[in-house]
Amino acid sequence: MAQKTYAGVTVDVNEEGYFINPSQWTKEIAVEIAKEEGITLTEQHFAIMEFLRNKVQKGEPLSIRSINHSGVIDVKTFYQLFPGAPLKKATKIAGVPKPASCI
Amino acid sequence: MEQKHNIKKINLICAKGAIEDVYATLILGNGAVMEGIETNIFFTFFGLDAIIKSRMDKLHTAVVGNPALRLPGGLRMPTLLGVIPGMESFTSWMMMGEMAKLDIPPVSEFLELIDAGGGKIYACKLAMDMFKLKKEDLWENVIDILTVGEFYERAGGEDSHIIFT
Repeated sequence: MAQKTYAGVTVDVNEEGYFINPSQWTKEIAVEIAKEEGITLTEQHFAIMEFLRNKVQKGEPLSIRSINHSGVIDVKTFYQLFPGAPLKKATKIAGVPKPASCI
Repeated sequence: MEQKHNIKKINLICAKGAIEDVYATLILGNGAVMEGIETNIFFTFFGLDAIIKSRMDKLHTAVVGNPALRLPGGLRMPTLLGVIPGMESFTSWMMMGEMAKLDIPPVSEFLELIDAGGGKIYACKLAMDMFKLKKEDLWENVIDILTVGEFYERAGGEDSHIIFT
């Protein structure tokens, strides 16, 4: 297990930088991780990250399809907000473990 | 940052139209898009069924000549059972139901997810001609109808891979 320091707080992450304990996450931390990924966070980013965090908390699997049912944004916008690999980037910034989903 | 040598481009060719053939293509394609990999999917021969509006969400799986097909519980499905009228529809319906439980979308929705992420869907010109299909028969977001040569032109580039499912 590795540790990283964001916004003055030391958090536990895996070797790829994903949070092990989502409760260590704060919005200030998210802003710093996003900066590493080259993303400036907006309200929309935070809204969809809240959706992802809630799903993880409930133990529900994450998928790209679920974004369309989030009521927050559609998949196309999701790809625009987190360019490249959106589900991976969004979960990393949202402080939840890396999703183990193929879809 | 996370990986040393990433795949940059994936080009999938789908030539068969059974549920498992089409879904193998769609899962690999969508997975590539989700990883931020540039993705082209080329549907040809019976694979065209996956992008024909009237057929895409009514695909079947083979119940005859499919030795890996098993009944619920794990017993092999006897080939003779497969010839019972309605068995193919029933088995296909069961399979789609099992996939839906895993949050795997119907073909049309799956293609929309790929499209939303920037994946490109193409149809094969020769197969279209052979089956007497027209552009209007195709799903509206199919980018183009291509010859083999045109497909290869689009498939080029550094770290580009062609996968025949």
